[in-house]
Amino acid sequence: MTSQSENLYLYPVWIRLWHVLNALLCLTLIITGLSIQFSNPTLVVKFKLAVSIHNIAGVALALNYIIFFIGNLFTINGVYYLIEVKGFFKRLVSQSRYYTLGIFKKESPPFPVTKDNKFNPLQQFSYVVAMYILIPLSILTGLGLLYPEIPVKDFLGISGLDWTDLIHLFVGFFITIFMCIHIYFCTIGKSPTSNFKSIINGFHESH
Amino acid sequence: MIHKTNIRPAWVVLVLLLGFSLLFIFSKSPNAVSAQARQSETENITVSTVDLTKFKNSKENETCFACHGQSKYSYENKETKKIVSKKMYAEVIIKRDVFYTSNHREFKCTDCHSEDYMIFPHSGNLRMESQAGCIDCHGGDEKYSKFKFEKIDKEFQESVHSQTHSEDFTCWMCHNAHSYKINARTNDNRQETITYDNLICLNCHGDIRNYQLLTDKQKPNLIEKHDWLPNQVSHFISVRCIECHAKNVDTLVVAHQVVPKNEAVRKCESCHSKNSILYASLFKYQIDENIQKKGLIKGLFFSETATIGPDQNDTLNKIGLVIFAITIIILLIHAYLRIKK
Repeated sequence: MTSQSENLYLYPVWIRLWHVLNALLCLTLIITGLSIQFSNPTLVVKFKLAVSIHNIAGVALALNYIIFFIGNLFTINGVYYLIEVKGFFKRLVSQSRYYTLGIFKKESPPFPVTKDNKFNPLQQFSYVVAMYILIPLSILTGLGLLYPEIPVKDFLGISGLDWTDLIHLFVGFFITIFMCIHIYFCTIGKSPTSNFKSIINGFHESH
Repeated sequence: MIHKTNIRPAWVVLVLLLGFSLLFIFSKSPNAVSAQARQSETENITVSTVDLTKFKNSKENETCFACHGQSKYSYENKETKKIVSKKMYAEVIIKRDVFYTSNHREFKCTDCHSEDYMIFPHSGNLRMESQAGCIDCHGGDEKYSKFKFEKIDKEFQESVHSQTHSEDFTCWMCHNAHSYKINARTNDNRQETITYDNLICLNCHGDIRNYQLLTDKQKPNLIEKHDWLPNQVSHFISVRCIECHAKNVDTLVVAHQVVPKNEAVRKCESCHSKNSILYASLFKYQIDENIQKKGLIKGLFFSETATIGPDQNDTLNKIGLVIFAITIIILLIHAYLRIKK
């Protein structure tokens, strides 16, 4: 059994609470979103119920995002999302090479988790895209659909509401893809379950 | 490696959000509707903006429009030899602009009305003249067979309007022959079609004076009756009343069998689904338009969209499914190779 002294305390309580809530809400939004998208015949949840749950979960996700956003403005956690542009592409290629080849040769990860480097370059890139582009876009377009009088009436000859709907759909789709990859990549740790344990107890188990 | 002097992404997003909010607030234009309303208030119905010379019968029709085309009429009192001006009864004012943009714009007034109207003052007996219904002219005529007037008439006879009010409810209630113009299959502007068609219903259901022509009942409050409908305003703007209140028949462009209120559509997925009932009517002429005609973005992403929310675009659904399947397959192969090693 690994002692806590060998482990890194990377996930403070607020991040763990935010993360579990974010994950549950995203899952709820994906399931209800698909039920709305493919509504006839009923996919999983009935249309009217799916819309109500989707609306409530969407607002909850937006509120939860504010916690993440403020937390990242004022705590050390925000620094992990800083991308150092110089040499980033090279580091991205190096990490990609590890995931596609090195991992099967039992090579050591090129960017091991440390107190200063919580995320490897691929994680950093995908988390910035997910948390600073996809989630904000999904919240903004979601609000636009919840209050359909907000979007502009016309953009390039197409109703603003149609654009909002299309962007919401695209963003929701990419968040779904992100979640699949994210959950799978979480099985790449000291053991397949160690990263899941980490986000619950806060301690990262080193390879 | 931590670079504490760098700008955090959260700050970038915050600044962008503030920027977009300001742009949104200041880009709001003044209320275009109120400007339009003001113009309509000052509209002078005696002056026509339509070029009357384009219509073969306009000269002859001016005999009637000279009085019926405006809010007052004048005549010489034979005894006093004075010119007398009187207000024209509102119900018999026919606006030139409206008539000459209607379906019947090429008609002579006397095609439908008695020649005796050419004599002034009109004989009292002319008040008994019966109004021709649509089927009187359009029924049994090969020229109009593609519009299926007989089928429309049958649907109408089975409608709650006809069943409740019998012969008192005529085609004219919704289709005033002096003003009605076809919209759904000729107008590319879907919003205009929706507004035009809904105003037909509101002519009675939004105006107690017209509503009580056929009944002594109190007019239901439409807003309260539709309290259950989410985003009520958006639905009222974007959906025609008949989509939910009439039985859709695939062979007709516009459903005419208005059903009793308890049979109206209340299930969201009746419209918000791949099999949306809107495809049977409002979108009938628009879903066939191809990418070439609408342009790539409109054609690929918006051509099949009937409702907000559920997407009925098969192309996008297939692309999404392929991307999702490829992702899962790659992850499964990756997992398999990890386990194997």
